[in-house]
Formats: sequence, structure tokens, C-alpha cells
Amino acid sequence: MTPAGDLESSGDAARPAASPAEAYAAVAAAFREEAGHLTATLVRSMGDFDLAEESVQEAVLQALEHWPREGIPKRPSAWLLTVARRRALNRISRDARHAGKLAQLAWEPAPEPDDRLQLIFTCCHPALRREGQVALTLRAVFGFTTGEIARALVASEDAVAQRIVRAKRKIVSAGIPYRMPSPEELPDQLPEVLAVLYLLFNEGHLATAGSGWRRDLSEDALWLTGLLCRLLRGEPEALGLLALMRLNLARAAGRFTTNGDLVKLADQNRSLWNRDAIREAVALIERAAAMRRLGPYQVEAAIAACHAEAPTFESTDWPQVIALYDLLLELAPSPVVRLNRALAVWQLAGAQAALRQLDDLAGELDDYHIYHAARGELLSEMGREEQSRAARLRALSLTHNQAERALLRQRLLM
Amino acid sequence: MKYILLFCGTRDDPRPASSPEDVQRTYAEVGAWLSRHGSRIGSIHQLQPPDTATTVLFERQRPPIVKDGPFLEGKELVGGYCEIDVANLDEALEMARTWPGRTRAVEIRPVVPHELPRELDRS
Repeated sequence: MTPAGDLESSGDAARPAASPAEAYAAVAAAFREEAGHLTATLVRSMGDFDLAEESVQEAVLQALEHWPREGIPKRPSAWLLTVARRRALNRISRDARHAGKLAQLAWEPAPEPDDRLQLIFTCCHPALRREGQVALTLRAVFGFTTGEIARALVASEDAVAQRIVRAKRKIVSAGIPYRMPSPEELPDQLPEVLAVLYLLFNEGHLATAGSGWRRDLSEDALWLTGLLCRLLRGEPEALGLLALMRLNLARAAGRFTTNGDLVKLADQNRSLWNRDAIREAVALIERAAAMRRLGPYQVEAAIAACHAEAPTFESTDWPQVIALYDLLLELAPSPVVRLNRALAVWQLAGAQAALRQLDDLAGELDDYHIYHAARGELLSEMGREEQSRAARLRALSLTHNQAERALLRQRLLM
Repeated sequence: MKYILLFCGTRDDPRPASSPEDVQRTYAEVGAWLSRHGSRIGSIHQLQPPDTATTVLFERQRPPIVKDGPFLEGKELVGGYCEIDVANLDEALEMARTWPGRTRAVEIRPVVPHELPRELDRS
């Protein structure tokens, strides 16, 4: 009998999965849609974040074991909720301190307006460390197991478990509430959520294929950003981030060779880019702009759109790109943005001008591999091969990403 | 939940020489803050500067040592504290955000909700 046996026998028959890969994809999609709902439902009915999140986790582990073998249940959420609630009941009945919660759990939770937002804002509360926010969002909102988080973030399982424990302990001891931020608090708290989503998206975006089953962080982050846009209407920065992610994905097919090696923007085959997806993303940017509250994600999306809409690398509207970087520097100054601006200056005003701007950033970006890779390119164009080689070697020593290392090695051989 | 707001600063804070009017205005703003949040405030105290502090140090197997000066040795100092009772961290944050006093930072520390046995106090 399966953990949710009563559901199976009540005629809710499972559909057998065709292949393990298909089963895993279906499991991932079901978790993405259901795990956050479930955790939110349980937190609301029990008022205990820790217990809710652990119960859902155990249900997820059960599902990982049963679904690939027996097929995805017709109603994955009901299956997961049944198992999670049973786990919670077991835990509570063993623990007298929770006695009062038994009654609450016995009720079938009434359908409520989507309370996943509250869950997201709790997981990304500014009082939590960024690494804790990321791990907790993956765990509570997406239902990732500790092992999956560790693989996705290239960290050890112990480290991930630690981060989650620390974050949950802080939620309880510091009194971080389970609630939506008020309109006055939203400007403080929404950027935290968007930063976590963008970080997750980028972790997935640079990852190479292969090495068995791995949930696609980019897909998960994109999905959640879309959900955020639907639930928080009138937030142009959420739309801006969604557009930015879509633009990056629309160009994904050109970013890697069939071997999984990275291709530089100038060398990408632009016929591989998804033109329909690019048009849709540009429409999102326009929708956000109409709300007349400019923010860094909207500007970054506009820059990405400049690249995505150019038919060739040479015909990119570089003056427009530079103007947008200037705007971005006003909204969110950072050395990495100045580096990217300098690379646009390279196309417009030549390597010499760009290198001067890069030299100003040496102190701040010495540990950033892209900085040294960019210097390598500039120096090489100027015929300073010795220095170029040194910069590229430095870049190689600073990144562990396989695709990036391959590209850098190839540049060193040229 | 009970929290302590710690009003923190550093010894070498660049403080523009403030006119009596500025001081008056800050006092008025702090007064307005106090009356707005009065129902949530248990007590609030400004502390005398760190050079007025005396510290008793406990070291293992030795009698306590009395030392002149504050325990915090760096540049950081605590200039005052306020005990508050609010529903959650977000309410405490709202109070801290609107604090009008001239402080570098407000640290929010939740209070352990039960009383510790005296022998655990120092562990």
C-alpha cells in the first residue's frame, strides 16, 4: 500500500509513467506547482513553519520514492497533502506540547486565496541571510530535498542542512511573521525576493547539461517569477525580472555548442534565438514601463532586449546600450555594471578606451573571473598577447564552472 | 514578543556640531516617536558615555575582575536601549526604521521568552 493508499483506493488511479526521465520531469512539475501551496496550507492551519515544512519534506521524499515507480497520481496535491498531514499528525501526537494543534489539523483546510506569496516573503525576509533565503525558498516553496539543493547550488548536503536549520531557527526566535508585507514594506521586501529568484535563475542558467537528473533551477525561478507577477499586479520590477529571464532563455539555444561549451555573444548563431519569446518579453517591458516606476530589473531587461533584437552583433545599438547602463548605474551602482558598460564602450570607442575604464575597476573586481576574461580579450585585440595570456590564466583560476572553463581554455589556445 | 532595541554608534562618528535648535528638534521628534509607540514601549533609557562604564569580568577559576571602561572594546558602542512588546519582527522593524534619534544603527534583539535559572545566566 502506498503512503496515500486511501486516495488510490478511492478511484484516484495513478497514471503509469513511460520512462524514468518523464516521471522525474512530471514529479518536478508537480512539486513546483504543489509544494509551496502545501507548505502554505499547513503553516496556515498549524501556525508552525518548522513542522509544516518538515512534513511536506517527508511527503516529497515519499513521492520521490513512489511516483517514478507507480506513476504520478491524478491529483498530486491531494496525495502530497494526505501524506504530509499524516506525518504532521504523527509528529504532533508524539509531542505533547503540540496537543492544541491536533484539532486544527483534523479540519480539511478551506480553499483560501493563494497564500504562497506569504510563504515566499517569509522565506526571503530581509532579516535572513541570503544563503538561508535561497535554501529555504528551494525547500519550502519548491519542495527540493536537501540533496537536490546541494546539487543545484554546488554545496555539501551538510552545509545546506545547516543553512536551513539556521534560517528556520531565526524565523522562530526572532519572530519573523508569516504574512504579506504591507504596501509600505513592499519596497523593502520585494527586492529581496527578486534577488533570490534572479540568483536561482542564474545558477540554473550557467549550468551545463548531463550528470543525471537535475531539476532545472532556471525553469523553477521563471515559474515563480511568473506567479509573483500574477499575484502582485502592478509591480513593474517583478515584470522587469520576468522579461529579463525570458530574454535570457530565448537566447539559451545559442549560448552553448552541442558539446555544452559556452559561445560568446558576438559568435552566437542568432537564428537559434527564439524570436517569438523575444517579442513577448519586449511586450512585458513595455507593460512595466507603462506603470511609470523605473527600477534596475526593467533597465537590465531593456539592455538584454537591445542585444536580443539586434539582427547581428555589429548592428547592436551601442549608444542606447551605454545610455541604459548609465541609467542602471544611477539606480543601482555596482562595479559589475561598470564592467559591462565598459564592454559596450569597447564596441563603440575601441579597446583602448574600454581598457582604461577596466583599469579603474581593478581593485574592486580582482576576484571576479569575468573581469580578467574581459581584460584578456581587450589586451589580445590590442596585440598585447603576453598580458592577455596572464589575464586569461587568472580568469581560469577563478571559475569552477565547466562551460566557462572550456571557453577560457579555448581562448588561451588561440 | 518582547525585543530590546539597542541604539548603537561608533566612537568616531562624524557629528556635525549641532545647534541648540537641532538638539531641540531631535528631542521633539523623539518625543513624538515615544507618544506614537507609547503602548508598545516598556522602558527606554539613554546611557552615559562609555568612559563612565565599569565592567566586572568573569574568568574561569578566578574571582571576578573589576575593570574600568566598557566591555565592548572596538569602536562600537551602545548609547541606549528600549524594551518593546510587539506582535512580530516586522512591527519591531517598523519602530526601528522610524527612530528619529541620531544613531548609527538600531539593533533588534528578541528577548528569551522565559526566565532562565540564575545559574545558567552566565553560561
